[in-house]
Amino acid sequence: MQHVWIVLGVLFVLLNVAAGLIWVERRMLAMWQDRLGPNRAGPLGLLIVLADTLKLFFKEDWIPSFADKKIFVIAPAIVVASVLMSFVVIPFAPGIVVADLNIGVLFFLAMSSLGVYSIVLGGWASNNKYSLLGAMRGASQMIAYEVFMGLSLMGVVMMTGSFRLTDIVEAQRSVWFCFTQPLGLILFFIAGIAETHRLPFDIPESESELIAGFHSEYSGMKFGMFFIGEYLGVTLISAMTVTMFFGGWMGPEFLPGWAWFFIKTFAFILFFILLRASLPRPRYDQLMESGWKVLLPLVLVNILVTGAVLLYLKG
Amino acid sequence: MQLLNILLDIAKTDSAEGYFPIGLQLLFAAGFVATMMVATHLLGPKRKTADKLENFASGIPTHGDARTPMAIKYFLVAILFVLFDVEVIFFYPYAVNFRELGWTGFWEVLLFVGFFLVGFIYIIKKGALKWED
Repeated sequence: MQHVWIVLGVLFVLLNVAAGLIWVERRMLAMWQDRLGPNRAGPLGLLIVLADTLKLFFKEDWIPSFADKKIFVIAPAIVVASVLMSFVVIPFAPGIVVADLNIGVLFFLAMSSLGVYSIVLGGWASNNKYSLLGAMRGASQMIAYEVFMGLSLMGVVMMTGSFRLTDIVEAQRSVWFCFTQPLGLILFFIAGIAETHRLPFDIPESESELIAGFHSEYSGMKFGMFFIGEYLGVTLISAMTVTMFFGGWMGPEFLPGWAWFFIKTFAFILFFILLRASLPRPRYDQLMESGWKVLLPLVLVNILVTGAVLLYLKG
Repeated sequence: MQLLNILLDIAKTDSAEGYFPIGLQLLFAAGFVATMMVATHLLGPKRKTADKLENFASGIPTHGDARTPMAIKYFLVAILFVLFDVEVIFFYPYAVNFRELGWTGFWEVLLFVGFFLVGFIYIIKKGALKWED
């Protein structure tokens, strides 16, 4: 019975965070770009969340006649379901984790990489050239960055000797891994941005050249699902960064563990939004070339140096 | 038979009970997604006109559909991904066990990285990662 409450609680919080991010992102972008942002509906424009959601529900749920109907419907479902499944292994506080698997890191990598299916299937099923181009770009971007996303976490795994996320958090009691694995942190975060295809790496969508790319044929809540999936993805990468590199729920005693986790995760969500507000989009070939030729060798160096230093210290 | 024993051992050390909440989460997540999809389908208006059902993009006349050949580069990346991800997977068990493997294991992984890099240099020389012809 306890499991049911944890699962329901986690899903409730996550979906509310994802909805709240509609408002947070637009207000923050506005602040950083000297605009006002949504400020009409309710106090500080907070009710924009409700207005946006209701609007999406009451839009026509249009499936193009030229589209591949079944796949067209399945694609947006995959993105939300796969991201929600990735949260299974993340420890939000001592004891508050859906399933504390001994293969936690691997489970996270497996589930988060399923998201690529939603882009490929969605873009392909739309039967629209822009969508197909977006899907192809998205697929090759995500799989290229996935190769070293897993590897960038291996430095932390080597220092802990475990794939279990609670062990990894406990191992950071004395010093956070962001100090001992700075290269791993940077590489993981870059890979995370590419995996969630957020700006500056939103090349599969890039509205100025591909008219929203893989989801340009979607409407109603099906379109909304891609949005929820994106916000959940941002939350997931932030939560994972906090867990792996910033001590998870650890923090001074005056606040409970879950509060520290929430504060740290929120800081990284804000960093995601700041990146969106400030950085231009690189070209597709620049993105792929830097991924394969710079970041992949760097990840290998990180693993080897970590291994050599740890073995040397062990003697 | 031996494989079965190994699997049973794994099941004992980390009991299958630990995986039960994952099924639960999947159930709730799928339920949420299904509810949203059905709700938007039922709530939205349905006014299908001939013009709306047509393929359009910013008013530009369309030429054929999207079932056309794509640039080979994308498929090349997919194949490189399969090759490299299989090699990358070998680092995962090393990362958890490298303390026991000690320096011997380290030199062996260094050798493996060497082979990895030879393949990597080969594909770069072949121009598989070049995007502009």
